[in-house]
Amino acid sequence: MRNNRFKLKYVLPVISFTLLVLIWELLARYAGWSAHVFPAPEQVATGMLELIADGSLFKHAVASLYRVTMGFYLAFLIGVPTGIVLGRWQFARTLLNPVVQFLRPISPLAWIPLAMLWFGIGDPPAIFLIFLASFFPLAVSTMIAVTAINPTYFQVAANFNFSAWERIKLIVVPAIVPAVVTAMRITITIAWLVVVAAEMIAVQSGLGYLILDSRNALRMDYVMDGMIAIGAIGLLLDVIMKRLGRFESTEWASG
Amino acid sequence: MGHIVIRNLNKHFSERRGARRTGNGAGGLAGETISVLDDVNLEFENGEMVCILGPSGCGKTTLLRIIAGFDEQFEGQVNVDGQPVDGPCADHIFLFQSSGLLPWMTVRQNVGLGLRQMQDQAKHDETLREYIEIVELEGFEDHYPHQLSGGMQRRAELARALAVNPELLIMDEPFSGLDFFTHMKMREEVVNMHDYIGKTMLMVTHDIDDALIMGDRIVVMSGRPSTIKLARKLDFPRPRDFEHNEELSRLRAEVFLMLGVPYAV
Repeated sequence: MRNNRFKLKYVLPVISFTLLVLIWELLARYAGWSAHVFPAPEQVATGMLELIADGSLFKHAVASLYRVTMGFYLAFLIGVPTGIVLGRWQFARTLLNPVVQFLRPISPLAWIPLAMLWFGIGDPPAIFLIFLASFFPLAVSTMIAVTAINPTYFQVAANFNFSAWERIKLIVVPAIVPAVVTAMRITITIAWLVVVAAEMIAVQSGLGYLILDSRNALRMDYVMDGMIAIGAIGLLLDVIMKRLGRFESTEWASG
Repeated sequence: MGHIVIRNLNKHFSERRGARRTGNGAGGLAGETISVLDDVNLEFENGEMVCILGPSGCGKTTLLRIIAGFDEQFEGQVNVDGQPVDGPCADHIFLFQSSGLLPWMTVRQNVGLGLRQMQDQAKHDETLREYIEIVELEGFEDHYPHQLSGGMQRRAELARALAVNPELLIMDEPFSGLDFFTHMKMREEVVNMHDYIGKTMLMVTHDIDDALIMGDRIVVMSGRPSTIKLARKLDFPRPRDFEHNEELSRLRAEVFLMLGVPYAV
């Protein structure tokens, strides 16, 4: 029974992807659209092999991943400590939370004109946009996680004479790990969405640029290859993030 | 050490929700306060096991939290060993009603919380092992709290408290949520522990038999606002037996009555 379920876990997704390709193939064959407008799976697969063979897909994917990694980790390094400060310190929360909540709903894409003006073109404006997109969800999720820590644990800390640093290290940080990992999973997806959009405007490389450039060349098969690569890498990032959250010491949160 | 004197202790809560609810002329004033403890006077001897009984919500936990230093908004005098309480400290360890074990730490790490200052690693490990042995959790050192049963969690917390060698141990319903057998075993273990370390222990309980069997002194509190209905020393020999000790069984009936429970339904 257990073994069956294990098999299903891998078999079912294969079935759903096969179905997707099948529908795509049927539409391409019988819907009567031109191959320039709606390329068939076979054509897209050929295009994919070409892009892999000449190394351009790899080059663009690496460029996009570099920007996401930089922006995301910058947001992580600044956002999580910000969230801890906001969560632990009522004064800072009252002071800054309204500003955070005001800036948060502004789409990172709305910052594109300013980002280009401030950082020129190339990697810096894209990294800045990823940072903006990732910072707010990470900081806000961390803040909420910190305020939700069971007050009993702080009383235990007081009872055992914890220093301020020990309260952060032994209570706050381990307590918020599960919530922060979940926030990272959601945020990396947002970052990945934003990098593609940013690359359509500010840079000459990356998967977003590949799609835009292919559209200008009217190569819809390459456009679809770009989309497939984005989806596949997005899936991979989620799997990596999920793995990241699996420590024995965080299992208390899932039970 | 562990001598506690409480004089004229009063405690109010300002009931904000209550103020809104009774705001439309039901006699409540805005910012109405609810009296929780009303002129409480108690004295506990050094090394006593004190059991505190009372109806739900009467302020037993509040009293414990004040003695432990978690709650400093009160009127009156609370002295431990001649010193007014001044915040929580490692000499007065509080055992929480819900588990106070840190869920992200193993039993070893939790019990080690009180031994962080110990420089000598060998002595540290030795002390740790000793207290884990006292509560019979050998073999579970590397388990996380959620991997333990309720009774084992309580024992781990007890070991953590004892490891700092506190002058005063404060327990808020240490047996709540345990099944009958675990409860009986834990009761025995706590009594043995008390005999062994001889420190003052305060324990809030709902269980009259717990109080009469374990206590060197029993305190019965009334409903809110809480006053002390009974505070007496129990000089009965152990093991205590309700059936054969007439005075004990009379006292038991009296306490049942005092708490408004008709005995032997």
